[in-house]
Amino acid sequence: MILTRDLIFSYGAQQNFSFPNMECADGQALLITGNSGTGKTTLLHLLGGLLKPQSGEILINHQDIHKLATSKLDEFRGKNIGMVLQKSFFIESLSVLDNVVLNAWLGNGERSKDKAMNLLEELGLHTHAHKLPSQLSIGQQQRVSIARALINNPSLILADEPTSSLDDDNALTVARLLKKLASDYNSSLVIVTHDQRLKSELNLQITLS
Amino acid sequence: MIGKIAWKNTWFKPLNTFLSVVLLTASVSIISILMLLQKQFEEKFSASMDNIDLVLGAKGSPLQLVLSSVYQIDAPPGNIPYPEAELWMKNPMVESAVPLAYGDNYLGYKIVGTNDNYLSHFDLNIAEGIPFTKDFEVIVGAEIAANIGLKIGSTFFGTHGDSEEGEVHDHHAYTVVGILAPSGKVADQLILTNIASVWHMHDHSSHEEAETIHQEGEEKHLHEGKEITAVLLKLKNNMAKITWQRLVPQNTEMQAASPILEINRLFSLFGVGITAVKYLAFGIMLISGISIFVALYNTLKERKYEFALLRIGGASKLQLLWLVLFESIILCVSGFVFGIIFGRVGLYFLSVSAHQEFKMAFDPFEFLWKEEGLLFLATILVGVFAAVIPAWKAYSLNISKTLSDA
Repeated sequence: MILTRDLIFSYGAQQNFSFPNMECADGQALLITGNSGTGKTTLLHLLGGLLKPQSGEILINHQDIHKLATSKLDEFRGKNIGMVLQKSFFIESLSVLDNVVLNAWLGNGERSKDKAMNLLEELGLHTHAHKLPSQLSIGQQQRVSIARALINNPSLILADEPTSSLDDDNALTVARLLKKLASDYNSSLVIVTHDQRLKSELNLQITLS
Repeated sequence: MIGKIAWKNTWFKPLNTFLSVVLLTASVSIISILMLLQKQFEEKFSASMDNIDLVLGAKGSPLQLVLSSVYQIDAPPGNIPYPEAELWMKNPMVESAVPLAYGDNYLGYKIVGTNDNYLSHFDLNIAEGIPFTKDFEVIVGAEIAANIGLKIGSTFFGTHGDSEEGEVHDHHAYTVVGILAPSGKVADQLILTNIASVWHMHDHSSHEEAETIHQEGEEKHLHEGKEITAVLLKLKNNMAKITWQRLVPQNTEMQAASPILEINRLFSLFGVGITAVKYLAFGIMLISGISIFVALYNTLKERKYEFALLRIGGASKLQLLWLVLFESIILCVSGFVFGIIFGRVGLYFLSVSAHQEFKMAFDPFEFLWKEEGLLFLATILVGVFAAVIPAWKAYSLNISKTLSDA
């Protein structure tokens, strides 16, 4: 679960963001929408511990993540947070399977090949497991990054515009998949997007302004 | 796992990897060849120089005298009359004297007339057979025996001069009575006999030559007295080692050359060349370092997303630093390994041609643990230096900014 309180972030003196408090329990999905410039990505990076807030708290599993030292935060992120990004990045030289295994190793030090394979199978990617990521379509790549985000059973899944580069069909498939997997894995899912297509899919919504 | 990524990455950009490794291989192999050559060269020269303080021989270039008499490389500057040389050999300051008389060769291997002092002077052992006692009996060096298959009892005819294609002295045959144990010294490549054999061999053939020389009158003593080529001397007195170098040429038509002095002169001469080539090789190593740096730095732009991704997955800053460093080190280690291998292969071929030309072989399988260890360290250091800036950039990557710019 994730909970934020009085979150404030500033890029210098000009640009200040003050974010509404939010809460998302295990297995629940939260949609955060807003126009460009309202700090959606900033918020997501704050939640993922990639940026440090000026003030306020972010509690993931009751741990205030910004009280952790950098290396502890890296470790915590690897274990507890899975991120799905707008554009899928991969270690280009590693196979699809190895990319997923890599995240398992980074999270808990285990090279869980079987688990990664099962997850890929669940996402219909097992035939592509030994290809290079660049050989996959964008939709498939996005599913690989979902597999990668889920491999460590994270308690929080953060998705940054996961559907904006996909067509209508793929966008809905990916959104439903994320929602289903989050509840299957009992993770909190936070999706940040300006993609209006997702509004009908998720109940819990916050709009930034 | 970081190692695996690094390994996969080096193969993912084969051209970059190839360029860096080739440059490193070139520099490492050149340097290792030079180190081996220099060391083995000096070793061979010093080993043969043992126990020789001065070389007595005909006037001319002292280096030539030393090379011809101690190392059997060059042609001798000329001959000296035996009676005159004997005066010096019997001097009380002389501890041991070895006369050398050249004249013939067999298949390019020199036949050297000397006395049994040669064996004790150079601390040589006979592996098989006995020392020569009568004329035309020879003992042969270990390498010759192995290379041309001479055995005890084999006979052969010498060829005049020092090249294989000379006139064959077919009126007297040499008989092998002994074979030397391998010593690593020049004796491995020599056929030893007594001086009288060399004289007798030429008494016959020099008759016709003598007729022509006779006209010049001055050379009368040439076939009156017997001649030898040089005398290797070990002296009891350190002062004599220095003073004889002046005394001998002042009082006789001979000179006394110091092998240590001449060889040091020679080393310092080609030492300059070796140093220059070494600098060149280190220059290539520097360039390969720059090429690794450029390769790493260039891919940094596209790879920063990979780095951000790793950080999101839970990798620490230090792991990213490691990743970049590791890739550079993989390149350097493979360059080093290939360099050492190619260096050996190169030295092997060099050794084959040097053996044909100078009867000097090098051992390509020798490892100079200290020097090559230092070379390895230098290579790794190049890798570390090449990776410092890219690794630092990876270490201090701003993940949030990188992802927002995507």
